[in-house]
Amino acid sequence: MSDVTRTPTGLTQHSGTQGGIGASTLRPDGTLKVTGEFAYASDLWHEDMLWGFTLRSPHAHARIRSVDVSAALATGGVHAVMTHDDLPAATRYGLEIQDTPVLADGVVRHHGEPVALVAADHPETARRAAAKIVVDYEQLPVVTDERTATADGAPVLHPDRTDPHAAHVPHPNVVHRQPVVRGDVAAARARADVIVTGEYEVGMQDQAFLGPESGLAVPAEDGGVDLYIATQWLHADLRQIAPVLGLPEDKVRMTLSGVGGAFGGREDLSMQAHACLLALRTRRPVKIVYNRFESFFGHVHRHPAKLRYEHGATRDGKLLFMACRIVLDGGAYASSSPAVVGNAASLSAGPYVVDNVDVEALALYTNNPPCGAMRGFGAVQACFAYEAQMDKLAAALGLHPVEFRRRNAMAQGSVMPTGQVVDSPAPVAELLRRVQALPLPPQRQWESAGGATDVRALPGGLSNTTHGEGVVRGVGYAVGIKNVGFSEGFDDYSTARIRLEAVAGEPVATVHTAMAEVGQGGVTVHAQIARTELGVARVTIAPADTRVGSAGSTSASRQTYVTGGAVKHACEAVRERVLELGRARFGTYHPAWASAELLLEDGKVVTDGGEVLAALADVLGEESIEVEREWRHRPTEPFDLRTGQGSGHVQYSFAAHRAVVEVDTELGLVKVVELACAQDVGKALNPLSVTGQIQGGTLQGLGLAVMEEIVVDPVTARVRNPSFTDYLIPTILDTPTLPVDVLELADGHAPYGLRGVGEAPTLSSTPAVVAAVRQATGLALQRVPLRPEHLTGT
Amino acid sequence: MRVTFTVNGRVHEADDVWEGESLLYVLRERLGLPGSKNACEQGECGSCTVRLDDVPVCACLVAAGQAEGREVVTVEGLAERSGAPGGRLSPVQQAFVDAGAVQCGFCTPGLLVATDELLERHPDPSDADIREALSGNLCRCTGYEKILDAVRLAAARGGETARDGEAARP
Repeated sequence: MSDVTRTPTGLTQHSGTQGGIGASTLRPDGTLKVTGEFAYASDLWHEDMLWGFTLRSPHAHARIRSVDVSAALATGGVHAVMTHDDLPAATRYGLEIQDTPVLADGVVRHHGEPVALVAADHPETARRAAAKIVVDYEQLPVVTDERTATADGAPVLHPDRTDPHAAHVPHPNVVHRQPVVRGDVAAARARADVIVTGEYEVGMQDQAFLGPESGLAVPAEDGGVDLYIATQWLHADLRQIAPVLGLPEDKVRMTLSGVGGAFGGREDLSMQAHACLLALRTRRPVKIVYNRFESFFGHVHRHPAKLRYEHGATRDGKLLFMACRIVLDGGAYASSSPAVVGNAASLSAGPYVVDNVDVEALALYTNNPPCGAMRGFGAVQACFAYEAQMDKLAAALGLHPVEFRRRNAMAQGSVMPTGQVVDSPAPVAELLRRVQALPLPPQRQWESAGGATDVRALPGGLSNTTHGEGVVRGVGYAVGIKNVGFSEGFDDYSTARIRLEAVAGEPVATVHTAMAEVGQGGVTVHAQIARTELGVARVTIAPADTRVGSAGSTSASRQTYVTGGAVKHACEAVRERVLELGRARFGTYHPAWASAELLLEDGKVVTDGGEVLAALADVLGEESIEVEREWRHRPTEPFDLRTGQGSGHVQYSFAAHRAVVEVDTELGLVKVVELACAQDVGKALNPLSVTGQIQGGTLQGLGLAVMEEIVVDPVTARVRNPSFTDYLIPTILDTPTLPVDVLELADGHAPYGLRGVGEAPTLSSTPAVVAAVRQATGLALQRVPLRPEHLTGT
Repeated sequence: MRVTFTVNGRVHEADDVWEGESLLYVLRERLGLPGSKNACEQGECGSCTVRLDDVPVCACLVAAGQAEGREVVTVEGLAERSGAPGGRLSPVQQAFVDAGAVQCGFCTPGLLVATDELLERHPDPSDADIREALSGNLCRCTGYEKILDAVRLAAARGGETARDGEAARP
């Protein structure tokens, strides 16, 4: 971790600065978070504040004949009721395609779609008033899957589309379609010694971040509004909110509040525009906080998917071809479906070398809940399917699953199905080797020396359903590939403003970005970068807001890379200015000032030989140096619409898992005993945080494997389990030990050689667990989450 | 209605409380103590865990009126309750920070109250005991591994303190 990194300016800053990169520095917000003082969006309070509430559609598809708000308006304590007719300006918004109504415009297209807003002096008053709004719905037929959405005469959910994908989709209920074609699959199929096919299905997973959607909108005297909000990308929100309010962007000032997790679920707007509309209407501050029930309707989910795969290989275990079709259910509105399709298509072959591919990925418009970003973003669904295929091929060839994967693993220099050359380390085989080499957990851990049974270590746990009878162990492996950063030609940049000044004789750096800290620890890492680059001990992280340029989204594993890159870049510019200032002030005193090899270390300007030239505080004097810089990663290309060819991704990240499970084969209950992960992170800027990211991502994958699914009624398209009572996420009792092995193979194109961490561990976790259950039970298991009835055949 | 109860050793009074309000709502919105969190308001996530007459409860499931005349401990009171010198964290709070058990932090207040109660009852818990005691507290960020580390660390430090105390005895 004590690597020396050469910067573009020719200066060599050592990473050994106390609290610099590579150290497991503790979170700057940690103390506030353990004392309860950290202000999350739902904790905000303002004098004269009103509470907003959203009335939502009980139907998945209906025409609204009329809305009568009179009884709601007449309720004591109610200050405003708003429907579509009250919107002042733009009536639709969206991340890429503006197809989402701010409030339903005569039609609702999914269960839970916002129809009306109420502002009142107590949240319960707002709730009760909303219940008095009379909406006359005429129910319409629903489309819920590919068959119904593309059938003759199917209702077209978005007629008159003008979005960029409308021209190339096969049906207006297809949001986007991306083929990837390379080589000659037909010829390769004829040469294959073994061919395996499979149909797979992934259920709808929820991000289930714990801090509910919430924010506080405060009307300003200039006719604008100040919004304090939990989000993943302030500037993308701003770009969507301002047109809805009919305000210029400079009159909508946004500040990030405390964010209780995100995982993709805060990429789209939820209550942002609604709170602002109510605040501007009532001239009072308005707070909206969803409860958990509403949260399940208030954000998009992971796309459920149906995947059909065909692979062929030679007798000696080399992949010859892969053909697949991936159908993602995007639900009622586009959200980020087009980008999810691009990911699913381009990453559909997994981290393997396969020269002949024929891929089709598409996302549908249906009347199911809208789906968009969730950690793993299109790569999760594909990984579940291609890893099941790898196991099938290994079995057909009589090879160990790890050995088969090793023979086909990509490496640096491999070519993706898109034609993109992987031009940085891709240690796929090594990651698998590492998880395989770990010792296996002891058998029958539920038995103590005295012969007593600890049921907590058994499937079924404290339900006391078995003492070991019917329990079978299985071991499974999987590996995955995820892109880092925004892809397909997107101008993915971040902005950082750095100020350096002397305070009470000590140099202090202030880092100001609009990066959304959602729990991932970006604030920790950005301070570490500033310490390393400026050689200062004290770094202040300014609140994230829209007074500084965009930091892009806290998604796609990109913030350490891109906003971290911007912080580094801006710090380098500050350092140049410090040295200019030093040369002007002290240059005549020492010839070394003329040298290019000067460093900032421990609050001093030093030569590369370690000689101290001046204290930073003396160089700065009364001056404050402030620099703002934008920083971009390497540009990417769009995928060709017909062939999918193009260098569409910035960077790839890889993780492998080994799962050990014990299955009660009589009851169909699964206990994951251990879930080990090995991941290459390029450079661990904060090893403690890196491990935490990998463990957290791993557990979300476990959740998808064995419990997590939003159940949508196939007939009515209504959500059946919008609560933590019925939508289960893993508890600490469901969680096995999660050993982590971190590799650091530098990517020379990235700041410090780092590789985005957050998402890769969410991919291979799910298929590893399912592979282990398959090994334990001998069942094919083509769908996640697994349910007891899948294992018992009942 | 008016509700009067003790929070973190101080008597609080809330007026104009609607009968349907939960203890959580009164703590957060009327008493200015938003440390207890509102992740589900259904008693499933444990983020609002407080001690009610020493017993850990989900404050979202307790009607405010039920707290009348009783003692409530929230995350805001943990440091003082532990006897930590002014402005310092309690050993459990410090262990959560040190072990990297805090990411988004929304589950943290509830976990701290639950851990505090566990270690009071069971100063040297096994991993299985920790998992059982904290199974009512959902965390979505950490994978729980560093939460286990934090509880083990707090227990170990508590053990050291106890041993130091014994050694110092004449």
